[in-house]
Order: sequence, then C-alpha cells, then structure tokens
Amino acid sequence: MAKTILPYVISGISVGGQYALIAIGYTMVYGILRLINFAHGDVFMVAGLLMVYLAASLPLYVSIPLVILLTVLLGFTIERVAYRPLRTAPRMSVMISAIGVSYLLQNLALYITGGLNKNYPQIPWISDRVTVLGMETSRVTIITPFLTIVLVVLLVLLINHTKIGMAMRAVSLNFETSQLMGIRINNVISATFIIGTFLAAVGSMLFFTNYPGVVPTSGAMPGLKAFVAAVFGGIGSIPGAVIGAFIIGIAESLIKGLDTILIVHGTIAEQIGFATFSDAFTFILLIIVLVFKPTGLFGEKTTDKV
Amino acid sequence: MKKQNELPNSKQSSWVSFLLVLAFLALVFYLDQIIKPTNKMYMLMTVLQKGSVYALAAVSMNLLNGYTGLFSLGHAGFMLIGAYTYAIFTIPSSARDTVYQYFDAAIRFSFPEAFSNVMGPAGTALGVLVAVILAGLLAAFFAYLIGLPVLRLKSDYLAIATLGFAEIIRAVFQWQKLGPITNGSNLLKSFARTSKFKLEVGDTKLVLSTFVPVLIATVSIIIIVKLVNSTYGRAFKAIRDDEVAAEAMGINLARHKMISFTVSSFFAGVSGAMMAMVLSIAQASNFKSAMTYEILLMVVLGGIGSTSGSVIGSFLFVAASEWWLRGLDSGTFLGINAPGVFRNGFRLVVFSIIIMIVVLFFRKGIMGEREISDLFRSRKKKAKGAAQ
Amino acid sequence: MRKDKPCVLKVEDITMQFGGVVAVNNFSMEEYEGEIVAIIGPNGAGKTTAFNVITGVYAPTNGRVTFNGERVIENFPRGKMKKAYLGQNAGKYTGHLEPTPDRLTALGMARTFQNIRLWKSMTVFDNVLIAKHLKRTSNLFSATFGGNRAEEQAQREEASALIETVGLADVRDELATSLPYGKQRRLEIARALATEPKLLLLDEPAAGMNPQETVELTRFIGEIRDQFHVSILLIEHHMDLVMDISERIYVLDFGSMIASGTPAEIQANEKVIDAYLGVTDDA
Repeated sequence: MAKTILPYVISGISVGGQYALIAIGYTMVYGILRLINFAHGDVFMVAGLLMVYLAASLPLYVSIPLVILLTVLLGFTIERVAYRPLRTAPRMSVMISAIGVSYLLQNLALYITGGLNKNYPQIPWISDRVTVLGMETSRVTIITPFLTIVLVVLLVLLINHTKIGMAMRAVSLNFETSQLMGIRINNVISATFIIGTFLAAVGSMLFFTNYPGVVPTSGAMPGLKAFVAAVFGGIGSIPGAVIGAFIIGIAESLIKGLDTILIVHGTIAEQIGFATFSDAFTFILLIIVLVFKPTGLFGEKTTDKV
Repeated sequence: MKKQNELPNSKQSSWVSFLLVLAFLALVFYLDQIIKPTNKMYMLMTVLQKGSVYALAAVSMNLLNGYTGLFSLGHAGFMLIGAYTYAIFTIPSSARDTVYQYFDAAIRFSFPEAFSNVMGPAGTALGVLVAVILAGLLAAFFAYLIGLPVLRLKSDYLAIATLGFAEIIRAVFQWQKLGPITNGSNLLKSFARTSKFKLEVGDTKLVLSTFVPVLIATVSIIIIVKLVNSTYGRAFKAIRDDEVAAEAMGINLARHKMISFTVSSFFAGVSGAMMAMVLSIAQASNFKSAMTYEILLMVVLGGIGSTSGSVIGSFLFVAASEWWLRGLDSGTFLGINAPGVFRNGFRLVVFSIIIMIVVLFFRKGIMGEREISDLFRSRKKKAKGAAQ
Repeated sequence: MRKDKPCVLKVEDITMQFGGVVAVNNFSMEEYEGEIVAIIGPNGAGKTTAFNVITGVYAPTNGRVTFNGERVIENFPRGKMKKAYLGQNAGKYTGHLEPTPDRLTALGMARTFQNIRLWKSMTVFDNVLIAKHLKRTSNLFSATFGGNRAEEQAQREEASALIETVGLADVRDELATSLPYGKQRRLEIARALATEPKLLLLDEPAAGMNPQETVELTRFIGEIRDQFHVSILLIEHHMDLVMDISERIYVLDFGSMIASGTPAEIQANEKVIDAYLGVTDDA
C-alpha cells in the first residue's frame, strides 16, 4: 500500500514546490495591489518558451541566467505598461487588464511556436534519473522541495530584514498611508513583480523539466492552481502560499493516481476516472475554503466600514 | 414636467424600434436566401451566426458584470451546460449509436423528433425551441446551486470562485463515468444544427441557417434590455453603485444578486445551445476559461454597462477575428505581401494588442455606459437647443 | 416626552463588543411617534455603532430592539462571545433575531449616511425612484414584460413629487454626484423618504455644512417631520442644530449613556459639560 502511494506523494511534493514558487508571485502582488495577476501563469509559460529557444543556440550556463533575466524584465514591463496606468482605476479594470495581458501572451506564444509543442531542453544533472527509497525518478523531483524551501527562507529574510522588505510590509498593510509616509510605492511594486517573476522563472525550469514540453496554454492551469494555493494559505501570506501549494500539489498527485491506488488496495475493481478531477479538485478545495474560511489558513480578517 | 414622468419608452419610440428590429430580421431572412455557402460573401453570414451567439453571451455577461457589478468568470461553464443540454436532447435516435460509439447512450429522447411525430414539420421547430429553453433552464438551475454559496463573496474572490466552478463543470462533463449521458470527452454531433434549418413552402425551400440564431439572439437580448430597464434592473444598478446604500434602501442583496446571476446564466445557457447549433458540434474541452475571457473582452470592447456596446463589441470581435483580419494569417493584408510575418496566429496577436489598447487607453470602450438610443436622444436635445 | 403617543423605537440594553473592545455598553432609549430625538457624544463615543446596530448593519452582542411594537433585533452573547463578553445583562435576552438592513427598511426604518452614499452613476430622479423598488408589488416577469406599467407610472410620479417637495426639481436630471454638498444631503434624505418610513435615521446630517446650510437643514428637518409624519432619530455634532430641533437628547461617552433629557436639561448637566461640551468643541 505505502509502496503504491509513495511515488505519488513524492511527485506531489515536487509539483507542490513548483506551485509554491508561482504562488508567491500571486500572493505578494495581491497583498500589495489587491490584484489577481491573471498574467502570472503566462509569464511562467513564457519563461519556459524562452528556455526552449535560448538553450537551442546558447550553452546552459548562459541561457539559464538569461532566461531568468528576461522573465524578470517581462514581469517588470507588464506592471509598468499594463497595471501602473490603472493605479487609480477601479479594481475590475486592472483585473481585466491582467486578463488582456494573459490573452496577449498566449496569442503571442501561439504565433511564435505555431501552436506546436516545444520540447523542453534537458538540463544535465537535474534531469538525470535517480533511485530514491527504491523508486526511480528524476533528480529534479527530489531537489525541488528543498530548493523551494531555501528560496522561501531567503525571501522571508529579505522581507523581514531589509529596507525594501519593510516597505513591502508597510504597503501591504495600508497603501495610502505608506504613500503619505514617503514610501515610493512604485519602487515597492516593481520590486514585488521582480521577485515574483524571478521565482516563477526558477519554478518554470523545475516544472517543465518533468514535462514533455511547452505549449501556449501551459501556464494557465499551473497559474490558476498556484493562485488557489495562495488563497488557500491566506492570500498575502508567503508561508501560507507555500503550505497551500504543497497541500494542493500532493492532493492533485494523489487524485491522479487514485484509480491505481484503489485498484491495488482492492477497493475498486476497475478504473473510475478520478484523474479527470485532478484539476477540478483544486477548485472544489478553493470554493470550500472561500465559503467556510474566506481568509484562508493564515490570512488576517478585515472588516468593512460603513 | 408631466411629460418627463412618462416611461422612457414612449409609445411612439417603441413602435419605431419594433419596426427597426422587424426590418433587420427581414433583411437577415432575405440574405439567407440569396447568399449561398459557396458565395464569397458567405463570410458575412458566418459572422452574423457566430456574432449573434457571442452577442447574447456578452449581453448576458454584461447583465452580471456591467449592471449588477458582480465580477463573475463562470460564463463558459454555463454555456457548456447549455450546449450539452441542447445537443443531447436533439440528437435523432437513429444517430445515437454512431455518436455514442464508446458508450451505451442513456438518453434516447429527442425533442424535435418527439414533437414532429405528433405535429409534423412544425413540431421540429417547436422541439428545437423547447431544447433551447431547457438548455437555459438547466444552466440557470446550476447557477442557482452555485450562487447560494458564492454570491456572498466579494469582487475578486467571486471571480475566482466562479472561474473554478466552470472548470469543475468541465471536468464533470468529461468524466468517463458520465459517458452514457455526455459521451465523456468525445464530442457530440449529428444534433439539430443551423446548417440544416429550412422551411419548406410548397416546392421552395427557404434557408433559415442564419435567421434562426439571429432571431433567438434578438428576442433574448430584447428580454434582457427590458429587464435592465425595469425596476429590477434599476435595483441591480443600485447594487453595483453602492451595495451598502442599496441594502439600506430596502433592496435584498442576496435575492437580487441571485436573480441577476440566474437570469444571466439562463441566457448564457441559451447562447451555449446556439453555439452548438451553429458549430454543429459540442465538446466540453472547447469551453475553457479562455472562452470566458474572450467574452469579457467583447464586453469591455463595447463598454461595460452598455447592452448595445456588448452587441457591437461581439460583432466587431467576431468580424475582425474571423473575417477582416484573416489576411494577417494568410500572407497578404491590405495589399502587403509578407508571408514571413503574416502567418498563422498573427491575426490574434494584432487583435490582442488592439484589445490591450482599448483596455488601457479607452477604458470606457466604444459605447461607455450609453446605448444607441441615447445617441439619438442627445442629438435631438442638441437640435432643440440650437433651435431655441 | 410624547408618552401619549405610541412608542416607535425601543432600544433595550444594547451592547456591541468587537473582540475585547466594548463600543456600545448597555445603551437603552425610546422614541415616540412624531418625536425628533438626538444622540450626541464626543468622537468615538459609539454613536455610529449604536446607529448601525439599530439599522441592522451590525448584530448587537447583547440586547433587543423593538420597532413599532414588533421585536426586530435581539441577541445574547453566544459562541466565542459567551466567555469573552464584558458587558452587563448577560442572560436577560434569549432570542436571536438578526435581520439584514433591507428587512428593517421594509418595516419602516430608513437612514442616511455620514459619508454620503448616493448611487453615483445615476441621476437625482433615479436615486429617488430606485428607493421605490421596495414598494413594488410586481414580480420579475411582469416587471420585465411590461405588466406593471401602472405601478411604474405611479412610482415615477411619486418620485417626481418627492423631488419637488424637497426642492430639487431644478436638478432632477443631473447626476447625483454633480450636486453641491448640501443638495446631496437633501437628496439622501429624499431617497430615504421614498421608502415611506415611519422612522427616519439621520447620521450626522450637518457634517461638512457651513452655518447658512446648517440653518436651512434645521428648518428642513422640522418640515419633513410635519409633512411626512415621520419620527426622526439623529446623530449630530452641530450643537446648534441639536439644541434647536431635538425634543430629547441621549448623550453617549465611551460607549455608555451618561445623560438623557430635554435640550435644556442636557445643557445644564454637569457630566455632559465635563465629557463633551466643556472639553471638546467639534461644532
């Protein structure tokens, strides 16, 4: 029994780590701008495509940093062009702009790739197959959770102990007051997007290494799930987003394998098709959380004033 | 003074708009007879067909997002329910086994067939109508169930929860265990579709391929407009402008949000059914959140809070992406021949850039919150002012 | 006190506790038909909170509100509050009634807001007309398909008449938010009157007004009471206005009621002078 479940748990932890890296971008942006950055998942996809194209002509030690740099630049530009002009507009307008950017990035990717599946390059060492606890997997599966945790610890240190981190905390508590206190809001927001897209770029390398390739819609579903993870953990909370992401990753992976697990266990005789619900499950979880504990696991409560 | 108190649709102007609508429908009917699928101009008919599907979808989304201020992204899910309901209940029994090739079809009932057995050809039309209404009702029913928990949520949480529901619905319809009903992840086909809609009068066959979807959309949109202009529509706008004030003035928020949500979903279901009959197929995997986004962008293009804007927005969207910008995909555009740049997908890139420009710089869209009738009214006013 | 008249509003032992903070402590009051009653107190005394409890925005932690002889709001410390409750009279109330504000409006309470909350995309006329929605008898279908033309026509005429009565006829088709401040306040009152209330609750109606506008408002409030036969409960900082038009006054300080009585009594009350009139001068 344990033998059947273990591979799913391990791959779930790995996927969870990848979601966590994307979820941080959502949760930080939401914490500061109160914006669901629908384009974040597509930035993640673009990072994947950049890797495909750059690695084709450049050595990895050049293309990897270049991918990260270009992705960060993209995130920074999106904020500048599509969100900053709408700073005083209603929240719905900004959200629509985010959806527009997502639409644009997907269509751009469709145009450039011709809609074809682009094979993701093999990154030596991390793509290698290894045997852990008697099961064979790629090394990236094992590395991901650890790398995620290291990055998150670094991020939390940054937020708690640097000047820009303090500014971020202040802005997420109260946008207007921070502005009055002389915090340069625009710099803080740019920094948030830079950090968020940096982590998404790292996440994309870990994610796509385990998948056959990148297509224009590759970012949509991981993006939505990462957002759900952020809501689940309590939006605005970084540890919350990370824990939420691991829970969702593991749950999703187990549901994908639920048919097999139950057949081995003898509970059911034939396939039921639970795997169809591996994506939907995330949303069921989301709705349960929103209805019963809208602030998520670690979110703070806010009250409306009349 | 007395005159101002009169209803905005005074008798005269409602007669004028009624005649205009009739004239438009007559024109579409006439075009249906003269433009054959082989004609170069058939693109116009395609745009009219698909445009009316999206126009209804956009207008119904606008009822929710624009008039009631509920930012919901579940439209594709309700359209899916509508499309499947319509398709399942109009597949003729002779075609069932071919369509459900991997499953033993559980539903073997077809409205057009059942009614035509009793009433003849008129029964077929009635059957299609009943299936369309049922499509709307089922979508509305699901919306009611979903609305109970999620309509309490605030703006962006509501958006993400409804988006999630659409994804859940899509998964459920693709589930192989429901195959006998939904055909699993395989597509549904062979049901009553617009390309087959004909009216036989004596020896002449009158084509109705474009007329029927345009008619359904027109009637539905008129109903939505009437709702928006009614006392309920005004209550919706009050909720959009200020929820707290609306509640303090005696408007029951839960009830009115639910009305708006179910009515919007009813028409989303109808537009889903229309989509099935226009495209001749229904497949759950087509109803992704990207479809909702597209409809939302049509609403934005036309102007959030304007019904005529949504209609114009969707026809422009469809015409641009299906017709006018075609050249961008196939080598030559506006006489410029550049196959290297103008290849597959370029159209959508240009198109999304146009959309971004509208979103960023023309936030009010084409119509803002005005309607076409407002444009005439303000011109009249101006003319009056000039005369004095 | 017009004790000969029926009691419109009876508030009994209302306590509102947020977490560990008691915003309103054991507040009780009565209002009789046709009266103008004011609640005053320094900033943060809990006036608006008390107001929000009466209008159903917050459910009180403990206490009861009776409106027109009907018990409409009642609560007692429950759940987490059971242990955390810091107020008095625990155990006195056992009922649980927590209506949403629209229910209370339907019963005949209507309010205005401290920070004006008009429907901003709509005209003066529409703002008043929408408040008539409450009085409809038509259902969704008859309203959509024009089966309620008579009712619609009647509501439009009533709204127009109301706008004329409050002196906004000249700006009838202007956007509500384009009006000067004083007229916006007037419109908010007209909108509340459109729901045909028995009790009109005004949350700082003179906030942000100049002396001239305040004088006009004072007269206006008196006229409304007589013309529409409503009782009026108001929260106010402007002492002139309060002393001019109120028949009785309740004074809140730190959430508790420290005095009540006629304007003359209140002006002479030492506690009140200490807590409020002598110390701060918001007016």
